[in-house]
Amino acid sequence: MNKLLLLGDEAIAQAAIDAGISGIYAYPGTPSTEIMEYIQTSKDASDRQIHREWSTNEKTAMEAALGMSYAGKRAMVAMKHVGLNVAADGFINSALTGVNGGLIVVSADDPSMHSSQNEQDSRFYSKFAFIPCFEPSNQQEAYNMVFDAFELSEKYKIPVLLRITTRLAHSRTSVELAKEKLHEKKLRLPADPVQFVLLPAIARKRYKSLLSTFDSIKYDIRIGKYNSFRDGTNRDLGIITCGIAYNYLMENIRKSHKNYPVLKISAYPFPADLIRDITSRCKEILILEEGYPLIEEGIRGILDNGAKIYGRLDGAIPRDGELNPAIVAKAIGLPVNTMEKVPPLVKMRPPSFCKGCGHADMFTALLEAIKPFGPGRVFSDIGCYTLGALPPFNAINSCVDMGASVTMAVGAADAGLFPSVAVIGDSTFTHSGMTGLLDAVSKNSPVTVIIADNSTTGMTGGQKSKATGRIEQICAGIGVAEGHIRVVIPLRKNFEENVRIMKEEFEYRGVSVIIASRECIQTAARRKRAEAS
Amino acid sequence: MKNDIIISGVGGQGILSIAATIGLAAVENNLCLKQAEVHGMSQRGGDVQSHFRLSSAPVFSDLIQYGHADLIISVEPMEALRYLPWLSKQGWLVTNSNPFININDYPPIHDLLKEIRKFKNSVIIDADAAAREAGSVRSGNIVVLGAASPFIGVPFASLENAVRKLFNSKGEEIVEVNLKALKAGRDFAER
Repeated sequence: MNKLLLLGDEAIAQAAIDAGISGIYAYPGTPSTEIMEYIQTSKDASDRQIHREWSTNEKTAMEAALGMSYAGKRAMVAMKHVGLNVAADGFINSALTGVNGGLIVVSADDPSMHSSQNEQDSRFYSKFAFIPCFEPSNQQEAYNMVFDAFELSEKYKIPVLLRITTRLAHSRTSVELAKEKLHEKKLRLPADPVQFVLLPAIARKRYKSLLSTFDSIKYDIRIGKYNSFRDGTNRDLGIITCGIAYNYLMENIRKSHKNYPVLKISAYPFPADLIRDITSRCKEILILEEGYPLIEEGIRGILDNGAKIYGRLDGAIPRDGELNPAIVAKAIGLPVNTMEKVPPLVKMRPPSFCKGCGHADMFTALLEAIKPFGPGRVFSDIGCYTLGALPPFNAINSCVDMGASVTMAVGAADAGLFPSVAVIGDSTFTHSGMTGLLDAVSKNSPVTVIIADNSTTGMTGGQKSKATGRIEQICAGIGVAEGHIRVVIPLRKNFEENVRIMKEEFEYRGVSVIIASRECIQTAARRKRAEAS
Repeated sequence: MKNDIIISGVGGQGILSIAATIGLAAVENNLCLKQAEVHGMSQRGGDVQSHFRLSSAPVFSDLIQYGHADLIISVEPMEALRYLPWLSKQGWLVTNSNPFININDYPPIHDLLKEIRKFKNSVIIDADAAAREAGSVRSGNIVVLGAASPFIGVPFASLENAVRKLFNSKGEEIVEVNLKALKAGRDFAER
C-alpha cells in the first residue's frame, strides 16, 4: 500500500500533484506555506515541470491560477486566510466567470492567531462568493477532497474553496495515496469566448446562472459524501460538527461511550434537510465549529426560537479562539482533569529576533535617529521586523495588514505628522507596498520608507523574495528622487553613519526611501550549508 | 497500546527532528500516529511544542487532552515545566538540564531542576555534554530522545533505524554521531 506521513498541507499538495495539476500559485503565509514548498521539492512535480514559483502576492496568485484554468488546465492557489482578503477581488469574480480547467483555492485559517492578525473564517467567503467549500477533518480527507473538488469544479465550471485550519495544516499522519494518478489536461480554450468577459450585460447573466448552480450543487454526490449523519441511542443531545472539531468530539465520545447522534458537515453548501433531521430527532443541539459560528448563526437565525442550541453564541464554548479536546469535553459534560499547574517560575518566552539579525541593528539606529522628533511616528508592517514592537525595542506603532505601513504613514503625514516613517520588509514591499509608495510620490508626501531588506521572506521560513536585487530600481521607477534612495547596511559598526542618514531623510520634506540591506542570518546559513554540500 | 507525548523546547532546538524520528519508528511498527507541530512566528526563539500521539488504534484528535500525556520530552528544562497541565499522574518527564536563556527574567536553573526533581518519574540529562562526546553539540536533541526512549513504546532498534533514515542524506558521519547520541541518552536513562 502506498502510504506517506504527511502534514495536512502536504496531503493537499500531494493530492494536487496526483490529481494532475499543471500549476500551483501562492504567496507564503503561515499556516499555508508548506503546500507550495512540498510541490517545489517534489520529484514528480519537477519531472512534470508543474509551475511552482511563488507569486508576488495572493491576488496575482489567484489571477494567474484563473488564467491557467482559462487555458483548460487544473490549477491550485494557496494562501493563508488573510491572503484571501488580498485575493478577494479575483476570488469573488471567479465565481461569475467560472472556470475552464478545474480550480481549487486553498485558504488556511489561523484561529487563535498563532501567526496572524485576525482569526477570520474563510467559510464566509464561500457563502459570500457562492463558491462551494470543502473543510476536511483529517489529512486523508484533505487528500481525497482535492480529487472531488477538481471534479466538482469541472462539472459545474466553478472554483472550489478548500478551507483548513492551523491544526490540520500542521498535523502529520499517515495518508494513503490514490492508486491511479491523473494526467495533466491538454491546452483547451473555453467553449464560450466571452465566458471570462464580465461586462455588466454578461455578468448579470452569469450571476443568475451562478445562483442556480450554487443552489443545486448541495445535492451533488461529491458534497453529499462529506456530510454524514451517524445516529446514536442517546437522543438527549444531537451534535453538529465540522472540520477539525470532529476529531476532538470523536476522541471524547470514544472514551466516554456517550452515544449521541452526530452530524458531520465537511462540505458547503450543505443541505438544510440534514439539519432539520437531526434537530427533529434530538432534544437539544450542540454545535462545534472551528472558527466563527457560521452554521450556528444559520440555524439560530434572528428569532432563535427553535430547538435549544448550545454553541459559541451562548457561551457553551468560547466565542473566540480555536477549540481543543478539553473545550469539547466540557461542552458534552465530561470532566477535564489537569493534575498539575504550570509552576509560577516558568516565564513567558515570546518570539524574538535571532542573534545577529540585521533588523535589530536597523531598529537600534532608528530609535536613536527618531528620538529628537518624539514617539508615535513609526508605522510598520507584517514580517519578522514586527518583533520590533516588543521590548527592548518598542520601536513601532502599527502593524495592520500587508503594505499598510507605507499608506498609513502617508495618511498620518497628510494629517500633519512629521516626520512620518514606514518600516516594511522587502517581500512585503513588493507584495503590497509599491502601490502605496506611488501614492506618496504622486503627492510628494513628507514620508520616509525604511525597507528592511533581508533578501528573503523571513518569517515564513526564508522563501525567495521577489524584491531581491530590484528594490532600488523599483523605487526609482516609481519616482522617488535618486538622492533620496539611500542604502545602509544594518551592522553595529555602521550605527553612527546609519543614524546620520536616517536623520537626514527624516528631516527631508518629501518622499525618501532607506534600504537597510543585510541578508537574513537564517537564510544565509542555509545558503552556506547548501553551497558546502 | 497508546502513548501521548509532548515534545517541547525553544524554536530551532530540533524538536521536529525528535518528532520525525519517532514518526518513522512508529511507521516501522505499524502504529497509528498524529503529530501536531508549531510553525511560523514562534519558531523565532519562542517556546515551541509538538503533540505526538501514538496508538495501536486509529487516532482522532490532533491535540492531547490535559492530564493525558504519558511522556514529556523536553530539550530545555523550563520548557519541560510549561506543559505540566498535559502530563498524566503516571507520566514521565525527560529533559535536558541545559537552559536556553534568551529572556531577561529566566529563573535560576537550580530552582527549575528542583521543581523537575519533584516528579518521581523524571529523567534529567546533560544532553549537551553527551552530544559533545558523541561528536556534535547539535545532536543534543537526539540525546534527549535516547533518554526518553524506554518510555516511548517502540523498540530501540526502530529508533536507530529511524535516525539512519532521517540523517541519511547528510552523510555517514552525521548518522554515526546521532546514533551515538541516541545510545548515550538510552544508556543514561537505563542506569
